[in-house]
Amino acid sequence: MPPVDDTPAEKPRRRPSRAPRTPMPERDASERARDFAEVSLGYSEEQAVAEANRCLQCKNPTCIEGCPVNIDIKSFIARIIDGEYAAGVAVLKQRNALPAACGRVCPQEEQCEASCVLARTKEPVAIGRLERWLGDFDLACDLEHRCVPEVGEPSGASVAVVGSGPSGLACAGELRRRGHAVTVFESLHAPGGVLTYGIPEFRLPKSIVQAEIEMLRVMGVEVVTDVVVGATYTLDELLAEEGFDAVFIGSGAGLPLFLGIPGENLNGVYSANEFLTRVNLMKAYEFPAYDTPVWRGRKVAVVGGGNVAMDAARTAKRLGAEEVFLVYRRSEEEMPARREEVHHAQQEGIEFKMLCSPLEILGHDGFVTGMLATRMELGEADASGRRAPMCVVGSEFVIDCDTVIVALGTKANPLIAKTAPDLALTRRGYIAANDHGATNKPGVFAGGDIVTGSATVILAMGAGKKAASAIDRWLAERRG
Amino acid sequence: MFPIIRQRQLSESVFEMDVEAPAVARKAKAGQFFMLRVDEHGERIPLTFSDWSPSDGWIRFIFMRVGKTTHQLSHLVVGDSLTDVVGPLGVPTHVEGVGRVAVVGGGVGAAVAYPVARAMAEAGSDVTVILGARNRELLILEDEFRALPLKELVVVTDDGSAGRRALVTEPLKELCEASALDHSMAIGPAIMMKFCAATAREFGVPITVSLNPIMVDGTGMCGACRVSVAGETKFGCVDGPDFDGHAVDFEELMSRQRVYSDLEREADADFSRECSCHR
Ligand SMILES: Cc1cc2nc3c(=O)[nH]c(=O)nc-3n(C[C@H](O)[C@H](O)[C@H](O)COP(=O)(O)OP(=O)(O)OC[C@H]3O[C@@H](n4cnc5c(N)ncnc54)[C@H](O)[C@@H]3O)c2cc1C
Ligand code: FES
Repeated sequence: MPPVDDTPAEKPRRRPSRAPRTPMPERDASERARDFAEVSLGYSEEQAVAEANRCLQCKNPTCIEGCPVNIDIKSFIARIIDGEYAAGVAVLKQRNALPAACGRVCPQEEQCEASCVLARTKEPVAIGRLERWLGDFDLACDLEHRCVPEVGEPSGASVAVVGSGPSGLACAGELRRRGHAVTVFESLHAPGGVLTYGIPEFRLPKSIVQAEIEMLRVMGVEVVTDVVVGATYTLDELLAEEGFDAVFIGSGAGLPLFLGIPGENLNGVYSANEFLTRVNLMKAYEFPAYDTPVWRGRKVAVVGGGNVAMDAARTAKRLGAEEVFLVYRRSEEEMPARREEVHHAQQEGIEFKMLCSPLEILGHDGFVTGMLATRMELGEADASGRRAPMCVVGSEFVIDCDTVIVALGTKANPLIAKTAPDLALTRRGYIAANDHGATNKPGVFAGGDIVTGSATVILAMGAGKKAASAIDRWLAERRG
Repeated sequence: MFPIIRQRQLSESVFEMDVEAPAVARKAKAGQFFMLRVDEHGERIPLTFSDWSPSDGWIRFIFMRVGKTTHQLSHLVVGDSLTDVVGPLGVPTHVEGVGRVAVVGGGVGAAVAYPVARAMAEAGSDVTVILGARNRELLILEDEFRALPLKELVVVTDDGSAGRRALVTEPLKELCEASALDHSMAIGPAIMMKFCAATAREFGVPITVSLNPIMVDGTGMCGACRVSVAGETKFGCVDGPDFDGHAVDFEELMSRQRVYSDLEREADADFSRECSCHR
């Protein structure tokens, strides 16, 4: 037998596949719009390997810079090509504690995939779908065969994490790797933040979220639900009485915004947060097997143009609405939602009413009967380059609907800040933190939506990880 | 899990329960509430503390069996546990220096009025409690109120089966007429609070009401609990539950409380059918 050659440089030169990007298998729109099961089915092993083979394995992979947490994308794809899937998972988990979730919900088209060299001439490698595939591969293994990142030697320090959304979970995982004891406090009865209460089952199954959180528990992260920091404990109590050496705040931007127009408190008007929480967290779509009810409108108007609006509209459709309108004051191009979500919503029969803004919600006997709206047009671009929408005088019309869902965004929940008057806030009420997540209050760090305002899962995770490094340094300094 | 350590039936449909929840008990204040979930399929409902012990780590609440969740709760016994208890939530009732005050507790609202009246009396105010119910059977906590250092306890029932035969607004009006009040507070069904506010308004007496809108999270995240106060939208769970009774839009509150009544009846009917076959 010839001697085994294991130096990569001498491997026979690999020829990347020139096949087109492997499409994602999806359930048919007419079928999926009637239930809450996942829309995208995920690659098969053959599809994953075929897609991985499209990767050029660049010497200087630009995709990695496009990833907010700098996952070693080249290397995990190489592991798929080589059939070493568990090793691929290990590469992912090195940087990202929630790959199955991120593979599903990250805006890869603006991040890693936008920086893929292939994107210059043809379609980029489907990095997100491969990430999802590896994440799912790991979750399909028995618990003892899953990839659990190594935990550091006990440092003796303990850290409280407030909020179990992406930022809190990422911070907790990172702190465990450095050997610190971590307790995550969550105000709701289930951990996961927006992944659990906001993003619908058909985009991100809750079993996946809970399974990824379970891995953090295996790493020794303690998750305590039903604790509202600012009510059950204040920050000072966590530090002084409960024995924590530092606190990370990842409480998200949970407070819903409303339109401030007449009729907004009629029955049948929901904030997207309430509507999605009822359906996702409380499982109102399984009422009466689950006790929480939700108003199932026949004609639903959703106001907004972001991911949250898409999620609300598609959820309303699945609850049995005959017609769902998306009311947005700019045009489709300006919609902040991901293209993929817009496309899915259109396939499922959501009707887009663009350049249209609500003036009043009409009602009878306390319940919604319609929405008075006006047509809009886009004016000159302002300083920020966005064209401001303006009312078209005399263009008012009525949208016939029995439910209105307001998805205009969120702001910071003041619960924690109110009971920590010494914590510095930004002008808009978010927690003021530096690039490393440190606040003005010694031992208190923050990151994610509560610092930046509504952003993305992966940016929140990145902030949580950065803060974990800063907390680690702070604890070391304090120990002297 | 939050174990039930004491349970008492106060009337045909009214129950009192003590639950171990040390972290919540340590911080509870008069007028605040908590959210509970009975089990994994349960909804989140707000209940106001009727008492608590910071040192022994328990909270007490009183509820009337009206829908599925309270029906289920009424079947639980000592040794059972609630899946979730979260709190304390909401802004505590302002109890310091309220001077001569009337506290009206109607129906199970008496459970909330009790710690409020106690705290006001302890803070040195001159407290008259008006305790009302439809009939003797539904009257609760009379002995507990009698044990407080009140100026007076006035008991009224709609049918005269206990105390005076009157609505709570009658003794309230008399106190207002006698210029005997600096402040008033009403806790009970929305319609009762609305009429108390109307009574107090006539005499220019300020009134605080403790509202009970439908809630989901109880922490300001959803807006289910929106109420209109002086034409502005407020969140009942974080801005309240106490509001200026002269500024609250009670019609809207009552309409919003009814939004799911059909669905709730359906769920409770399902549950009653199931649980009667177990018995
Ligand atoms: C419907 C919807 C769809 C979205 N879709 C996408 C998407 O497809 N892709 C994407 O990248 N991003 C998406 N986002 C945005 C993304 O989910 C958020 O940016 C991200 O979750 C923020 O993470 P976080 O950890 O900062 O906060 P959150 O996820 O909001 O988590 C905060 C957690 O803290 C808890 N908490 C709050 N206050 C307290 C307190 N006082 N004490 C204890 N716990 C507290 C909350 O209950 C919550 O669980 C979406 C958001 C929504 C609402
Ligand atoms: S109950 Fe959700 S905001 Fe008040």
